[in-house]
Amino acid sequence: MNLERRDFLKVLSAGALTAGNVTSVFADIRKTLSPNAVGILYDGTICIGCKACEAACKQYNDMPPESGSLEKAYGVNDIWDDTSDISEKTLNKIKLFEHGDASVRNREENGFAFVKRACMHCVDPDCVSACPVTALTKNETTGIVEYNKDACIGCRYCMVACPYNVPKFEYAKAIPEIVKCEMCGHRQVVGDIPACCEFCPTGASVFGKVTDLLKEAHKRIDLAVGSSYDYPMRNLDSGDTSPKTVASYINYIYGEREGGGTQYLLLSAIPFTKLGLPEVSETSSASKSEGLQHGIYKGMVAPIALLGGLLYGAYQTTKNENSEG
Amino acid sequence: MTHERKPLGGKLLTKPFWVLLSLAMIAGLLLIKRFLFGIGAVTNLSDGYPWGIWIVYDVLVGTALGCGGYSIALLVYIFNKGEYHPLVRTALMTSVFGYTLAGVSIFIDIGRYWQMYNVFLPWHINVNSIMFEVAACIGAYVFVLWLEFSPTFMEKLNADKAKNKMNKVLFIFIALGVVLPTMHQSSLGSLMIIAGEKLSPIWQTSWLPLLFLLTAITMGYAIVIFESLFTAVALKRPLEETPILGKLSRIMIPLLVLFMLLRFGDLAWRGQLGNIFTNGLLGGFFVIENILFLIPIVMLASAKNRMKASTLFWSSGAMLLGGALYRFDTFLVAFNPGPGYHYFPSASEILITVGIVSVEIMAYLIFVKKLPVLPVVKTS
Repeated sequence: MNLERRDFLKVLSAGALTAGNVTSVFADIRKTLSPNAVGILYDGTICIGCKACEAACKQYNDMPPESGSLEKAYGVNDIWDDTSDISEKTLNKIKLFEHGDASVRNREENGFAFVKRACMHCVDPDCVSACPVTALTKNETTGIVEYNKDACIGCRYCMVACPYNVPKFEYAKAIPEIVKCEMCGHRQVVGDIPACCEFCPTGASVFGKVTDLLKEAHKRIDLAVGSSYDYPMRNLDSGDTSPKTVASYINYIYGEREGGGTQYLLLSAIPFTKLGLPEVSETSSASKSEGLQHGIYKGMVAPIALLGGLLYGAYQTTKNENSEG
Repeated sequence: MTHERKPLGGKLLTKPFWVLLSLAMIAGLLLIKRFLFGIGAVTNLSDGYPWGIWIVYDVLVGTALGCGGYSIALLVYIFNKGEYHPLVRTALMTSVFGYTLAGVSIFIDIGRYWQMYNVFLPWHINVNSIMFEVAACIGAYVFVLWLEFSPTFMEKLNADKAKNKMNKVLFIFIALGVVLPTMHQSSLGSLMIIAGEKLSPIWQTSWLPLLFLLTAITMGYAIVIFESLFTAVALKRPLEETPILGKLSRIMIPLLVLFMLLRFGDLAWRGQLGNIFTNGLLGGFFVIENILFLIPIVMLASAKNRMKASTLFWSSGAMLLGGALYRFDTFLVAFNPGPGYHYFPSASEILITVGIVSVEIMAYLIFVKKLPVLPVVKTS
């Protein structure tokens, strides 16, 4: 009837194995950028807030218009989308920072500035790591974070995981989906570029390889304030440029390091915290979470050892019980 | 070591039962609305707060309250403490209900429920995902729980052969019934690691899995004590289990002390202790949590106190509240997706949760009255 002390220790050691691993699990499993990864560089200093990118995005992704407070005032619909952020109906969004009398562009004090929000297409995306059914995947070549509704169970863990609150859920539908920017993957397969870049009249959104975009971004930061620079239009290597006066860039590329880097990069003349972008640590939460989980469940050794010990213990106990009962 | 058990019998459709049934029916109507018009039609969930009380109460707290079977099985079968055997069957029953209804809540909460089985399809699963581990383990455990509980039905049906066969292989399910909760109760904590900076540093730590596991096991003991005493009073049975419950309550102390040492040690190690005092409201929630955990440690410290039913009742109640608050804080209160997002459950959301709890209590009443679950009371 008595379980041997030895067996008791077996069970304990299996448990200790599970717990002991916790301290030694922070293996560096950060993911790196694919050499052919594509992305978007958004330069807020030359954006004019015309929202042509938003309109184009809606048109080429078949997204419905969205109305908010201005809906049907006096029985007539507004012509602008009236949302404050990206949503399940809006994949990208131009937003405005204003301070004081908002008289000067690209200035923090008494100025204004634009910012564009969309999926960051992280190098090591938390949403992809979080998804239990591989409905969100990172394209091995392009690095685009793609969504497959036929796999998705709608658990919304991706939304909990994303530090930018990008994945949106169709709460108003009986048959809902997760909605997010997929960098116009359907356009890219036929040789086109994302609609937001294609239809940007100023070159504020340019498409290109992430490595090239990063070089371009660093180059712009190093330009002399007030000098003239030929800003590439639409595609970084389109050859089509537009001359503009260089604003006073802050020396920071948002997305270069955030969460291990992103494929959507932003430049600005005012601090990114003022533009509503979160401060995100340089290691992705996904790498912390996966590192811990893989440490505990390395080769399933600990759970199997634990199960083995428990099977033995439970067998010994119930055997006696059966013979007695 | 056999304990005679008998159905309690008595009238089923009592006044409280009708109240519970009405609450369940209200929830049923609201659920029709949810499935016809979407989750947004009945909840206050948003893109910033994608999880609300259905996940935090029904699943996180619900399964922790369902840890009675797991915690007692640990003692009886693994550490061979046969003296706690009389508690197994009722504990197991609470676990069956807690986990089954958590599964039902997940079904209600997830948007694309008709594809729920994807979690078990090898070509769909993502082994990097904590949610996969949680979903697969909870799913498997619900199944294991019903099997562990099946001898009760066999007794009722006088299916002795089946019962004997089941008893021979029961040890497999008992072992699985310990491994699976160990895995998913810790992983339920790990779920929030990926939320990164969105979760306050007071709660965000790599020790979340161990902290969740420790509180889940402790809540398992607390619910057995709380429920036994509550049932005895509510069903007008004598408090004859008090001595064994008192002995059981002692186990909560080292578990809680370990939890608090780990928690405060980790906060100190990460230099976050000061945050408790500078963080206003969140600091307050942290303090309340720890007071609730301290209550059982202090109240149950002396052997004399542990033999008092009232002490056991209040201390285990405090433990359950503390564990529940710890889960609410980690998943909702200390979770801040950024400016502009707010969450407080809607009336419909709350009523659906109330309905689910009502179903749980009704099932409990039906089971104890119709099945051999409760030990026979010797009439004095």
